[in-house]
Amino acid sequence: MKKERTKRVIIELKNVFKHYRMGEDVLVKAVDGVSMSVNEGDFVAIMGPSGSGKSTCMNLVGSLDVPTEGKIFLDGVDISVLSESDLAQIRGKKIGFIFQSFNLIPNLTTLENVALPMMFQGINQEERKNRAMGFLKLVELDGREDHYPNELSGGQRQRVAIARSLANEPEVLLADEPTGNLDSKTGKIVMDFLEKMNKNGRTIIMVTHDPDLAQEYANIVYWLKDGKVEKITRKKDGKIIVDEDLIMEKASSVKKKEEVD
Amino acid sequence: MISDYFLLSFRNLKHRGVRSWLTLLGIFIGVMAVVALIGLGAGLKTAINSQFGISSTELITVQAGGITMGPPGSGAVSPITVSDLRVISNVNNVDLAIGRNIGTLKLELRDGTIEFVSAGSLPKGSEEKDFVYDSFGSEIMYGFLLSGGEMNEVVLGYGFSKEADAGYDVEVGDKIFLNDEDFKVKGIMDKTGSFIMDYLVLMNSDPLNDLLDYGDDLSIILVRLKDKDLMDKTKLDIEKALRKYRDVDIGDEDFVVSTPAASLKTVNSILDGVQIFIAIIALVSVFIGIIGIVNTMGTSVVERRKDIGIMKSIGAKNSDIFWQFFIEAGLLGFVGGLIGVIFGTLISVFGVYGINYQFGTELVPAIDFFLISISLFGSFCVGALAGIVPAMNAANQNPVDALRG
Repeated sequence: MKKERTKRVIIELKNVFKHYRMGEDVLVKAVDGVSMSVNEGDFVAIMGPSGSGKSTCMNLVGSLDVPTEGKIFLDGVDISVLSESDLAQIRGKKIGFIFQSFNLIPNLTTLENVALPMMFQGINQEERKNRAMGFLKLVELDGREDHYPNELSGGQRQRVAIARSLANEPEVLLADEPTGNLDSKTGKIVMDFLEKMNKNGRTIIMVTHDPDLAQEYANIVYWLKDGKVEKITRKKDGKIIVDEDLIMEKASSVKKKEEVD
Repeated sequence: MISDYFLLSFRNLKHRGVRSWLTLLGIFIGVMAVVALIGLGAGLKTAINSQFGISSTELITVQAGGITMGPPGSGAVSPITVSDLRVISNVNNVDLAIGRNIGTLKLELRDGTIEFVSAGSLPKGSEEKDFVYDSFGSEIMYGFLLSGGEMNEVVLGYGFSKEADAGYDVEVGDKIFLNDEDFKVKGIMDKTGSFIMDYLVLMNSDPLNDLLDYGDDLSIILVRLKDKDLMDKTKLDIEKALRKYRDVDIGDEDFVVSTPAASLKTVNSILDGVQIFIAIIALVSVFIGIIGIVNTMGTSVVERRKDIGIMKSIGAKNSDIFWQFFIEAGLLGFVGGLIGVIFGTLISVFGVYGINYQFGTELVPAIDFFLISISLFGSFCVGALAGIVPAMNAANQNPVDALRG
């Protein structure tokens, strides 16, 4: 919140497009020329109604998907040209995912779920277990390590998911509607955890359709509509300011408007 | 890392439903058939050989043969007779040839039990008698063997004894009736394991002749050789001599000369046929097992699509997913094989135990740990092989689509 501009850029989207072809001749422009820049330590929200392309945007940022056009840099590396395996490796190491529906593996215990990302990084079992215990403690779920996900409440599951997202000490946490399946009380607990992680220096990118949530916690909000960034707002000294840069950019880059069929 | 895959696969297996385990039936049956077959193999052979009365004594048997064509009586086979016996006795390398008659008699016990039994004649002369006893394959259990020209004494097979528990409970000294003539039981033989031998009544040829009126006819001629290595040649010599004496052409013989080797060959070829049949069943079962595993793994990939997406999102490479499913399929096969090995071993242990009990043998089930290891390893490989395509399918899931479930 202090000197954002001098901080290291950790994720950068440069004029990214993601088009799908549905059926014979319907072209879906899920992401249509988005540019985005996330600095280390930012709490960024990607805001938009359903169909605005925010989920696709998050998949691209999280390197789950590759763009049709444009470049995505994760810590300076262009991930749009990487192979599946390299993407997986980078994903596991640098990004921690938190999903709306928690996405824990039902056949594994809490502890095993938290330790799983470390397994894919080749960390030995002993260390995995110790570190996973530490993360469970952090989300105040120590004592539940042998429970299976279906034995936990929604809030607890999401906290397990947060612990898992921290497993490989990633620089970026990517949260897709983290409170979407939770009541407001447990949702707040989860958001407070995320805020805590952010204060500890982690970059957080959150996708949400809830403008209040976005503006309450994030210091930068990207407002998406129809696959394009409509506006960017920044929180500065408790006030919300609309970013002027984008308006300038838009005027120069947008040539013609084509609506999705 | 490999151990991690095993761990993950194992956890997934633990949560599988009954449906998945049912698909293992094919591999289970296949492995069980092979293990049981090999475990029983030797015992099976012994049992069948003893049933057919093929003892280790190496002798040649001659019986009337040829097939009676047409209605009974029209193509009567000319029986072998005492004169054939004399011809055979003069063939080179023949040490001793004896003729025996075997017929059916009505047996009546003191308590009124009536049964039809086989009775075998004993030749005259003690050397000749010893030859028959030798070929019998067992010793006297109670009383004495017939040694001279006893006219109203018999020796019974083990089946009539109290020990056999077959409901006869005959003792040495008992009076029995054969075709309404009374005889005394002089001895009871020990167990041979053959149903034919154990329920045989042994008596001298004269009293049997009196009862059944064989005249000069013989049921069977047993030939002992001087040099057993010349068995095949002697067999040909006997055939030649009999053809000449009985005036028949090659191919038209109305007698059969057989050696134990030939009988063994017949029995073993039947056994081989059975083994091939079981092997084919095993093969088909394994093939069905492969299809079962392909099917259940394919379903599993669809069911766990979301898990695949999750794992990919937290850093699993395609190869990580592939190995997990591959090993899981292998473990499925392994479990099928393991159950098969256990049941196959049980079958061979109990089977051999049953054979020992029935035939008084002391066989040990052939439990081959090398074979078991090979079976288990093979089952794993078969499972893994079946898992290749589903595992590749799992590995190639697009993470975004997979996450949607």
